[in-house]
Amino acid sequence: MDVVQLQRQLVDYRTSLYHEGFLDEQFTQLQELQDENNPHFVVEVVSLFFEDSERHLNELTTALEQQSVDFRRVDAHVHQLKGSSSSIGAQRVQQVCIAFRNYCEEQNVEGCLECLQQVKHEYSLVKTKLESMFQLEQQILTAGGSIPM
Amino acid sequence: MESCYCIEPQWPADELLMKYQYISDFFIALAYFSIPLELIYFVKKSAVFPYKWVLVQFGAFIVLCGATHLISLWTFTMHTRTVAVVMTTSKVLTAVVSCATALMLVHIIPDLLSVKTRELFLKNKAAELDREMGLIRTQEETGRHVRMLTHEIRSTLDRHTILRTTLVELGRTLALEECALWMPTRTGLELQLSYTLRQQNPVGYTVPIHLPVINQVFSSSRAVKISPNCPVARLRPAGKYMPGEVVAVRVPLLHLSNFQINAWPELSTKRYALMVLMLPSDSARQWHVHELELVEVVADQVAVALSHAAILEESTRARDLLMEQNVALDLARREAETAIRARNDFLAVMNHEMRTPMHAIIALSSLLQETELTPEQRLMVETILKSSNLLATLINDVLDLSRLEDGSLQLELGTFNLYAVFREVFNLIKPIASVKKLNVSLNLAPDLPEYAIGDEKRLMQTILNVVGNALKFSKEGSISVTAFVAKSESLRDPRAPEFFPVPSDNHFYLRVQVKDSGSGISPQDIPKLFTKFAQTQSTATRNSGGSGLGLAICKRFVNLMEGHIWIESEGLGKGCTAIFIVKLGIPERLNGPRLPFIPEVSTSHGPTAFPGLKVLVMDENGVSRMVTKGLLVHLGCDVTMVSSSDECLHVVSHEHKVVLVDVCVPGINGYEIAIRIHEKFTKRYERPLIVALTGNTDKVTKEKCMRVGMDGVILKPVSLDKMRSVLSDLLEQ
Repeated sequence: MDVVQLQRQLVDYRTSLYHEGFLDEQFTQLQELQDENNPHFVVEVVSLFFEDSERHLNELTTALEQQSVDFRRVDAHVHQLKGSSSSIGAQRVQQVCIAFRNYCEEQNVEGCLECLQQVKHEYSLVKTKLESMFQLEQQILTAGGSIPM
Repeated sequence: MESCYCIEPQWPADELLMKYQYISDFFIALAYFSIPLELIYFVKKSAVFPYKWVLVQFGAFIVLCGATHLISLWTFTMHTRTVAVVMTTSKVLTAVVSCATALMLVHIIPDLLSVKTRELFLKNKAAELDREMGLIRTQEETGRHVRMLTHEIRSTLDRHTILRTTLVELGRTLALEECALWMPTRTGLELQLSYTLRQQNPVGYTVPIHLPVINQVFSSSRAVKISPNCPVARLRPAGKYMPGEVVAVRVPLLHLSNFQINAWPELSTKRYALMVLMLPSDSARQWHVHELELVEVVADQVAVALSHAAILEESTRARDLLMEQNVALDLARREAETAIRARNDFLAVMNHEMRTPMHAIIALSSLLQETELTPEQRLMVETILKSSNLLATLINDVLDLSRLEDGSLQLELGTFNLYAVFREVFNLIKPIASVKKLNVSLNLAPDLPEYAIGDEKRLMQTILNVVGNALKFSKEGSISVTAFVAKSESLRDPRAPEFFPVPSDNHFYLRVQVKDSGSGISPQDIPKLFTKFAQTQSTATRNSGGSGLGLAICKRFVNLMEGHIWIESEGLGKGCTAIFIVKLGIPERLNGPRLPFIPEVSTSHGPTAFPGLKVLVMDENGVSRMVTKGLLVHLGCDVTMVSSSDECLHVVSHEHKVVLVDVCVPGINGYEIAIRIHEKFTKRYERPLIVALTGNTDKVTKEKCMRVGMDGVILKPVSLDKMRSVLSDLLEQ
């Protein structure tokens, strides 16, 4: 495919991500921060997000499997997850985290487990989407084009 | 015939006598026996009889006497020797007892007599006590009446009620026929009948105040009996009745102004009212002392109550007056505000309306000037241009001045280039000066700071006006403009002793001197220079036009800039020097050179806004830490990142200008970091600015941030513009 088509595809894909609520303006902000001094800023941040989130999700799974659940610890992890997701603009993940925190406050184990499932689901969705987006961008760059804003 | 004891009866001659003696003796004996019985009986009946012993003696004496007489009954006939012996014995006994009794009585009778005396004495005493009791009771009654009267009088603060109540109560208490109050008139020369008991609305009788009887009453504080025939007492229809006694008492009318704080008012210059009380006619009653006392007491109480009432009236009146004045003032204020608003609106409208056509005229005339014109046409266009420029200046001046007048003008402070201002003024006047063949020189002192904080536009206007005046009034010669930083000696103008400029760390005083070699000003005209619309009358000035407002406006501007402006001239033809001093701020120096401060935040991706600004970011979350770093790096800052509060406190130094702290992390108390930083850096200029990054900006969080001493709050997630605007706001302070 030629560059222009790829670029159009990328733009459409990005728009759809915003439209479906996977991403919000915070992600746009991140993109604005990327410049010649910092050419891979977005990718770096998003990779860090993936690492961080996976760690948190593992911790959460362990914590919620315990006989007596330490809700404070659960809450701390969810808080971190919420912070990270809001920093990069992963809107849907962030929203599930908010619900998750409410269940933690109520000390509702079933609710928490349910939310954990949801978070994992949303996270994997957004991860897939972002990875595809980066792939598209890489394709454009290799084709010699530039990433449209 | 001698008495013998022979048996022959003695009856024949004195038989009758003997019989009578016999009978008398019998009765005597009877009486003598019955007297003690009676005595005993009655003494037993009475409760008290102190002399029992005397009674016994007396009883014995009588009994023996009786016995003697009884026994002598037997001696009339022939009697035996025994009878004679008994007779003798009884006689002897009787003699003894009677002598004893006689002796006893000598002692006792004075006592008995004195009992009588004592009884009389006690009776007298009882009578006296009765009298005194009566007196006390009367006094107590009087006291009760007074208290009741006082209570009635003092229970109201209305003057009429007080007086009326007094009369009514007095009338009732003392059962008076008539009771009247005479008040002094305004002029003080007459007494007018104001209140009476019987008549509701007394006809306005007046009596001159200087009658002897009235003087007599006024000169004493006691109730004085006066004649029922004197004019103040002639209130009843004179008739066949014998008028009752009349008493009059003075009632002091204490005036408000007589009260000093610590002194009772002296009664020297007092006004008095007269209270006249009349007992019922034909009652033969007399005024008793206690009644007079009652009247005096009541008169005093009335005086006090009246003065209270007067004070109350006065203060009510004063308060009403104040309220009226307040209302009037309020109205006046609102009217004034409306007027000012109307004026401002008018000015604003006129401003626009007048300037628009003005600009059109000026612009088009200038354009016209550029085209091909004949010399007459060119002259005409130049005149049009000059006139319209003058008109525009006039409009501006008037509008500015009226805003300056009511204090609604505020300086627009900003940082500006001082040198640039002078250069621009110089450039503006150079063409005019060269036309008039005047030499203009500009001298800026080397220690003059390049940048200053102040109202650039108005400073330029002032300089321009002053220099323009110098140009206007000089026909030849040179004009020199000098500017330097005023030191304390040169700050003071000997003619303005109230101007005390005090230089400080962030302000300096700019002194500008414009010296010309023009027509000069005579010393007596100098004070008029700064008044509005006043112009000196020399012919040279009359042609140069101008509204005369220029210097007045300059003076206002200079005053707003906390400065002083004055003109020195040695006289006509000797040129003059205009000098002004204004206070300007010194802009703060930051790390590295900074571009001139831009008040509006530019929304484009401009050049780095905060080059080299050292920022410390504390955030536990790796991702958001990285994002924040990216933001700041994009803005050109030098970012250090820490992930815990201990690390933060360890790393923070006075080189960091800003510390960004994430405060919504549970477990790490971001607020505590703020407190610690405050503790670590006690001097304000060493301490970095602390900004909180938080997910919620509700009031509670904001207040908490302010309380711990944070300088700002940013809501996460942060956008580039937000970061830029917050940082620039913070650094501007």
